Amino acid sequence: MAFTLGLGVLLALLAFAPLMLSQGSLDNLIQLYFLVILAIMWNALAGYGGLVSVGQQAFIGIGAYAVVFLSVQHSLNPYFAMLLATLIGAAISIPVAAVMLWLRGGAFAIGMWVVAEVFAILISLDASLGGGTGTSAVLAFNLRYTPEQRLRYTYWAALAAAAALLVILFLLLRSRLGASLQAIRDDEAAAASVGVRVLLGKGVLFVLAGAGCTAAGTVILAWQLSIPPLGPDSIFGVNWSAKMIFMVLVGGLGTFEGPIIGAIILYLLQTYVSNAGVWYFVMLGSIAIAVALFLPSGVWGAAQDRFNLQLLPVGYRVRR
Amino acid sequence: MINAILHGILLGGLYALLATGLSLMFGVMRIINLAHGSLALVGAYMAFLFMEHLHISTYLALVPVLPGALIVGYVLQRTLLERSLRAGELVPLLTTFGLLIVIGNLLQYFFSPDVHSLPSGRIGTASWRVTSSVTIPWFDVLILAVAVVVLGGLHLLLRRTQLGRELRATASDADTAELMGVNARRVYARATAIAVATSALAGVFYAMRSAFDPFSGATQLIYAFEAVVIGGIGSLWGTLVGGIVLGVAQTVGAQINVQYFALGGHVVFLAVLILRAVLQAGGLRVLPRGAGA
Amino acid sequence: MTLLSVERLDSRHGLLHAVREVSLNVGEGETIALVGANGAGKSTLLRTIAGAHRPSGGRISFDGRDITRLPAHQRVKLGIALVPEGRRLFPDLTVDENLRIATAAGRRGHWTVGEVLEAFPLLRPLRDKRAASLSGGEQQATAIGRALMTNPRLLLLDEVSLGLAPVVVEDVYRSLKALIEAGTTIVLVEQDLTRALGVASRVVCMLEGRVVLEGGSGELSREQVTSAYFGLARGTAA
Repeated sequence: MAFTLGLGVLLALLAFAPLMLSQGSLDNLIQLYFLVILAIMWNALAGYGGLVSVGQQAFIGIGAYAVVFLSVQHSLNPYFAMLLATLIGAAISIPVAAVMLWLRGGAFAIGMWVVAEVFAILISLDASLGGGTGTSAVLAFNLRYTPEQRLRYTYWAALAAAAALLVILFLLLRSRLGASLQAIRDDEAAAASVGVRVLLGKGVLFVLAGAGCTAAGTVILAWQLSIPPLGPDSIFGVNWSAKMIFMVLVGGLGTFEGPIIGAIILYLLQTYVSNAGVWYFVMLGSIAIAVALFLPSGVWGAAQDRFNLQLLPVGYRVRR
Repeated sequence: MINAILHGILLGGLYALLATGLSLMFGVMRIINLAHGSLALVGAYMAFLFMEHLHISTYLALVPVLPGALIVGYVLQRTLLERSLRAGELVPLLTTFGLLIVIGNLLQYFFSPDVHSLPSGRIGTASWRVTSSVTIPWFDVLILAVAVVVLGGLHLLLRRTQLGRELRATASDADTAELMGVNARRVYARATAIAVATSALAGVFYAMRSAFDPFSGATQLIYAFEAVVIGGIGSLWGTLVGGIVLGVAQTVGAQINVQYFALGGHVVFLAVLILRAVLQAGGLRVLPRGAGA
Repeated sequence: MTLLSVERLDSRHGLLHAVREVSLNVGEGETIALVGANGAGKSTLLRTIAGAHRPSGGRISFDGRDITRLPAHQRVKLGIALVPEGRRLFPDLTVDENLRIATAAGRRGHWTVGEVLEAFPLLRPLRDKRAASLSGGEQQATAIGRALMTNPRLLLLDEVSLGLAPVVVEDVYRSLKALIEAGTTIVLVEQDLTRALGVASRVVCMLEGRVVLEGGSGELSREQVTSAYFGLARGTAA
């Protein structure tokens, strides 16, 4: 109870941040928020659903391009476009789930990567969306809002999206679906034999993750305003998956708090070390390796084991 | 069109060679090695170094590179990957991701982001003009031949030698293999050694065929993965079939529209996967009645 | 001469305390029958001795040497072999390959592929067949043969009659008798009390992880063993 109150206070504080913090800080926090979204969504799939996907960037790209399409080509209010885009992403994830959830393990992981590449190529074939050389939503935003306003509204949108997804995920895990997901993770065949709807459980997670990553994509677009051309920094790039893997595994796979910690760690590294050029990446990679070797259950996982912590009542722990 | 298909088959040889190590590591240890492409590139860069300093041909450079790659693979498994595997199924993903980043950026630091290429000798540019519309480049034939030889060698290793038996047994049931006296950790290390050596070999041939830079690993990685998955995870000859199917899908796609090169491969990849999964599920009752979604 | 010495061994199976403070001595050439109800801890005990399971307490000595922390494949080198519960053959390897795998530890001795096929003639025509395609009895013979290929000094057998037709079990026990006569030290887990008492020189009965009865098979009556098996001798309970 006290903890829920604490969370509420934190949320209120964060909501008032635009009135207190500088533009630079707001800009930074937006980045943190979309990293958090990506981390918790990837963890929802891999940690709770056992579905390792190296292709969630498919939805990030859809989110970004959908906002451009709706707000630039169809002159919709960009923030409304962001909401609509998230729904579009969720809708697209349903047929994708219907097809891809037949696959298991490595085939699913790589298959999702290929799906992302397919989306990227299909969009690059559409000249109106930039034909692969990138595009931007500068007009849609700057004709309506001043830069300060854009930053503020994007901040609130990002915070709202992150908070909403966290709450939805929390409620989901505490529901019957959450218990059945645990059963599926432990032994899929046994779970199915007692009536657990395996495909439904995984499907719900997949759609949630699809919607979440789409939302993250819309926030990224609102934040950077342009979509880079296809290449290593592409909005459909596998680099996004790499970041998600880093955040979740460093933070703690399958825990609720872990991915948030992982996002914070990546965010801090990005903000304070990224000007070291090559060495930033070397450090990133070295941390990944070090965590894998010495803290395999992640920072949060290790803290949980060491101090017997549990902040949020999700999941079960048996104490010796 | 025939030209495209032929070129696709030959391209398949390159993909198969690139994918062999990946297939081996996944088949034996269930490790998805994200650093596979990077290790192949390291092979290419090492060959480059040897050539620069010893003034030898690319082919001769393989002589120091391959044993070196065997050692690197062995050490890699015993130090990093073994611990990662024990920690959890997904942990090697993180380790190999870390390696990918570290290797890519270290290569960039030491060799600059510039593009390089390794000379392929006279065979590199020779080709056989079969008809007016069909030309067969000899170098690609060489690559396909090398792929077949490597796969054949591995096949013999797996079927005829004690190491091969130990590899197959450990892949199937590591605990029982240990109970029969097999040192599973050493077996894994040898598997990784072979995997890294084949990827270094593939890297050198790739570098002779096209230009490369420190980050070429990523594009080729997805094709290598596709080849492994199409051919069936765990099957060595499947990797060759997968590579060829992918190569043909890509070149035929490119015939239809130049931009459809990768798309052709991806579409066929997804189609094969879905079909296979549906057929498998159709044969078994995966979900009991009433529990379906 | 004591070949195997187990002192106050504790072993857990996940959160379950499967083996509690078990002490046991096996002399060279002895045949010990380990009996008890399902879940009594017999399999876990065998697996811990073989090295497939890490003990949480206690000591195991083999031929005077402390092997408690030694990995399984090194125990095979010293001469301990386990025929696991459920056979655990390598399904995609042939009978011949399954047998040859066990030469990994490099122990020399009487047992070669030829000798195994002599001892189990039913396997001769099946030499190049995939293990997964064999019948239960054929698989059991292969599994025992595979363990023999390591030329063990101590052979551990876990429920070799499980799931087999009585006729087949006869054959298996006939081969076991031959092994015993040849002087192999054997510890076998067996549900069938008659068979166990018939082939062993000593009986050890386990219940809920502990040893509750021990003695020469000639000394103990069937009734004694049965009541220990079911825990009837534990005093009046509410």
